[in-house]
Amino acid sequence: MTWTPDHPIVSIRDVEKSFGTLKVLKGISMDVMKGEVICIIGPSGSGKSTLIRCINALNDIQGGSITVEGQEVHDHKLDKLALRRKVGMVFQQYNLFPHKTALENIMMAPVKVLKEDKAKVAERARSLLKKVRLEGKEDSYPGELSGGQQQRVAIARSLAMNPDVMLFDEVTAALDPETVKEVLVTIKDLAAEGMTCILVTHEMGFAREVADHIYFTDKGVIVEHGPPTTFFDNAKDPRTKEFLSQIL
Amino acid sequence: MLDAFQDFFRAFAADHPAWNFVFFYEERQWGQVISGLWMTIKLSVVCVIFSVIIGIVGAAMQGSNSRVVRGIVNAYIQFFRNTPPFVQLLFFYFALGSFTPTYSPDGWLEIPIISNVGWAIISLSFFAGAFNVEIFRAGVEAVPESTQEASEALGFTRMQTFGYIVLPLALRVSIPSLNNNLVNLVKTTTQAFVIAVPELLYESITIWNDFPSAQNPMMLVLFVAYLSLVGILVMGMNSWERSMRIPGYGV
Ligand SMILES: Nc1ncnc2c1ncn2[C@@H]1O[C@H](COP(=O)(O)OP(=O)(O)OP(=O)(O)O)[C@@H](O)[C@H]1O
Ligand SMILES: [Mg+2]
Repeated sequence: MTWTPDHPIVSIRDVEKSFGTLKVLKGISMDVMKGEVICIIGPSGSGKSTLIRCINALNDIQGGSITVEGQEVHDHKLDKLALRRKVGMVFQQYNLFPHKTALENIMMAPVKVLKEDKAKVAERARSLLKKVRLEGKEDSYPGELSGGQQQRVAIARSLAMNPDVMLFDEVTAALDPETVKEVLVTIKDLAAEGMTCILVTHEMGFAREVADHIYFTDKGVIVEHGPPTTFFDNAKDPRTKEFLSQIL
Repeated sequence: MLDAFQDFFRAFAADHPAWNFVFFYEERQWGQVISGLWMTIKLSVVCVIFSVIIGIVGAAMQGSNSRVVRGIVNAYIQFFRNTPPFVQLLFFYFALGSFTPTYSPDGWLEIPIISNVGWAIISLSFFAGAFNVEIFRAGVEAVPESTQEASEALGFTRMQTFGYIVLPLALRVSIPSLNNNLVNLVKTTTQAFVIAVPELLYESITIWNDFPSAQNPMMLVLFVAYLSLVGILVMGMNSWERSMRIPGYGV
């Protein structure tokens, strides 16, 4: 069965996930089409990070299924490398490699994992740095960069693997309000270029502007979802309404 | 020139019976000092290298998913850390040495495949290696889980993550303790004399058994030699630490 773009690029079906006895995801389903931007919002502890981490197999699942381009993610026979070059992930705490320069951070995976030609990768890494508006920071170490700059390097590092889907887990939550914008602009550019993006975010303005579809999670289930206008202006579930009233 | 030098110490020994620098005017004793010193240097360098390799491999194995693998490493650490290296040397040489095969170059002599120097290297490397495992493990634990996760999310295997990300960061944290342990190791090589490895202490004792008047000078040689060896090691480690320093990253 080969995947074609008229099918969901990411398909999540009845996913259940527990940590020991704590049930964190209780039957989550969603479909993401190629080029779509999906925002997942919800209160702290509702399982947003857990869900997004299941998509690239950083977490395993106990029930249901997740496919990326038609391939079951939680299949033990699956080559994790094949999955992870398709799915890029950006974390709240950037998680750059502190002993490598910005350029080296970006180059490392393509060179060591994909065994690509170093000179070609360097060229691509430079153009990615340009794309995230960090020209001239090639030789800076993460410790010499601001949070917002580090996060943009982290985005470029993921993009260097030429992923088909990008996962963002509250990537602006650790940033100063001024630097939040520069990271959001970068993501907006990506979305405009047609990158499939799944974001966990608390930036409601951003979600409304960029997302094609919003999912609201609470206590391990999807309470409500819809396009931003319907979702923000006509939320039906009382839990959604309460959450939105607190945050907006 | 050389004659004048030798005559001076010969006369000095005659005037000062407790300060017979016999190796400065007797070729044979000079040779013993040099060969002892050389053996000590070889022993130190080889054991430092092996013990660091053991430490790295052990720390990697402690991150294994297998309880059996982790158990083996822990048992190894307990044994070598909690028993005297002196006894370990005796054990390796006499107990294990009696089981190792021998070869016979001329049909008469039976020469064990592993010499006493070989056993000293094995024993001392494992001894210091046990501490190095612990030292590197502490370093590995200082590397945030999230950094390793980022590496895995980029498609690195566990081994690659350890080699490219965890180890380089862990080393930087570990250097000060590693420094101490390696200094200890260099000093502990003197204990190899118990299995007759002809290192500096062994040669020194041989000399002062032949020339009791040379005991003080030999002690002096030992102190100077170890101060220099350890000094060089520490200088090397410090410059390594400096070369690994990352701008903007404090450990
Ligand atoms: N590795 C883990 N082991 C045990 N429990 C975990 C683990 N990771 C998450 N949890 C628990 O799972 C639940 C959901 O956590 P998750 O991080 O997915 O929430 P979240 O929606 O991302 O919250 P936040 O908005 O605070 O990031 C929480 O109760 C959390 O304590
Ligand atoms: Mg989270």
